Amino acid sequence: MLGAADKKRSAVESGSEKVAETATATAPGDLAQAPMAAKAKTIEARNVNLYYGAFHAVENVTLTIAPNKVTALIGSSGCGKTTFLRSLNRMHELTPGATVEGEITLDGEDMYASGVDPVRVRRLVGMVFQAPNPFPTMSIYDNVASGLNLNATRIKKAQKDEVVERSLRGANLWDEVKDRLDKPGLSLSGGQQQRLCIARATAVEPEVLLMDEPCSALDPVATLAIEDLIGELKSRYTIAIVTHNMQQAARASDLTAFFNLEESGKPGRLVEVGETETIFTNPTQKATEDYVTGRFG
Amino acid sequence: MPQVDTTTNAGQLLAAASGGRRRVGDRVFSNTATAAAVTILALLAGVAIFLIAKGMPAFTHSASELPGGKTFIDYVAPLAFGTVLAASFAAIVAVPLAVAVALFITHIAPPRVALTLGYLVDLLAAIPSIIYGLWGIFVLGPAAVPVMQWLEEKLGFIPFFAGPASATGRTMFVAGLVLAVMILPIVSAVAREVFSQTPRKLQEGAQALGATRWEMIRMTVLPFGKSSVISGTMLGLGRALGETMAVTIILSASGAVTFNLISQSNPSTIAANIALDFPESSGLAVNVLIATGLVLFAITLVTNMAARAIIARQNRGE
Repeated sequence: MLGAADKKRSAVESGSEKVAETATATAPGDLAQAPMAAKAKTIEARNVNLYYGAFHAVENVTLTIAPNKVTALIGSSGCGKTTFLRSLNRMHELTPGATVEGEITLDGEDMYASGVDPVRVRRLVGMVFQAPNPFPTMSIYDNVASGLNLNATRIKKAQKDEVVERSLRGANLWDEVKDRLDKPGLSLSGGQQQRLCIARATAVEPEVLLMDEPCSALDPVATLAIEDLIGELKSRYTIAIVTHNMQQAARASDLTAFFNLEESGKPGRLVEVGETETIFTNPTQKATEDYVTGRFG
Repeated sequence: MPQVDTTTNAGQLLAAASGGRRRVGDRVFSNTATAAAVTILALLAGVAIFLIAKGMPAFTHSASELPGGKTFIDYVAPLAFGTVLAASFAAIVAVPLAVAVALFITHIAPPRVALTLGYLVDLLAAIPSIIYGLWGIFVLGPAAVPVMQWLEEKLGFIPFFAGPASATGRTMFVAGLVLAVMILPIVSAVAREVFSQTPRKLQEGAQALGATRWEMIRMTVLPFGKSSVISGTMLGLGRALGETMAVTIILSASGAVTFNLISQSNPSTIAANIALDFPESSGLAVNVLIATGLVLFAITLVTNMAARAIIARQNRGE
């Protein structure tokens, strides 16, 4: 799927099929629970090493991001979890000098194979960032629709309206903004902006959603809204989330991967991964136990 | 931490820190800065007063008394037309090129190439305008002759290229191109500065949606830099409107009012006309030339105010 030119529009096409499906559904609440489980994809990382120039940032990580689950990446600052996350949709290489070793596959297909266009990878593996980043010159509507016209894709206005509404409903934002879709995206509150960014990321129908500390700039109420949303989104997407917030990892994730670095200057490593409940109550590694119980880091 | 025990002597601590009143350095600095600002205003007012006072006779005397037997308006109109035409043509050529160069330097070229190219573009601004004039008449002009003939042949139906194409290259077309090269560095420098400040989180946001580099530029960098491109353009226009030497050397002016860019007969510009006529003028003729300078001053003022208005409206609107 990654390389094949004739499948280039597959995300958009499957998007339009989905529009047809959802058009027949009656209650908007059904959307989040719609049976999309078959769609979610698995990301597998094997022996991944990440570098910034000569600096070895992440060492030898082997990790599977399971479909329809939320995988939390936790660990102290500088341990490479964000760097690792960014390698999962080829954002890492946008930093000058950054390189990747090892293998990362999306449903068995190598993301870093020579014929693979990184633009295509990012289309399939969406990302939500630490600070909300709506496009400042665009309205709420245009922000959500901004990914739809990319790569020479043209879709009809009516279809665009549907995708925008569905994405905003999916991000639990529709009721708050439906009367002011033409207002600037920046006119929303921080929490609403972050949900707008989630709507924008889901509008292009990715297979996987990566979230890099999506709540770190938000107040507790907005944070809870995003966490609820993550719980709903996992029925349709594979989700990986980086967080510094232990309660958030415990509340919102199914699986937890703990990253650590032995000392400053050394590369970050994956210490242990498992069911979130196990990691928080009965981890196998001492370092994990120390971290999740707040004894260091 | 030697001096004060903060827990017991809080009041003394505050008094010591402020020194009782404003520090001498602060006052010297603020007075100097104020004086500099006032000087700028005084200079601007002085120039305006000079232009109005010395140019006034051109407005008060009748056509028969003025040199050439034309009213001042009839005299200045073709010059103002030529000035605006040359500067507009230069801006139309230079701005897309400057934006492209700025984008290449900030977002496409590898860092070392970008740095070198940046220096080279800045160097274009360091070339004196008389050199540009010589280059225009000896190199670009002759080289442009076949281009102008081609334009006349293929695009002659557009008034700009009606022809007949000049055989010497001393045309508005060549003068405009030279002006375009001259204003390219300033437009590109302003655009470059702002393009490079486009927030990374916006660029990454676009790329995470699956935008190509060009799409990312269109979604984030260009909207972010739009007002700077406009203000850079106005700065460039300001330079092109007042540019004297290059135009004086290149343009073969007949005083005709025509949009035809490639023919032998061209309107002159205000600045070039002053440079050419001033040495041979005396009495009222000098007043007329100064009055044309006042018109040029007014044109550049309006250009700048228009730019400010556009930028202000953009900032309000978005």
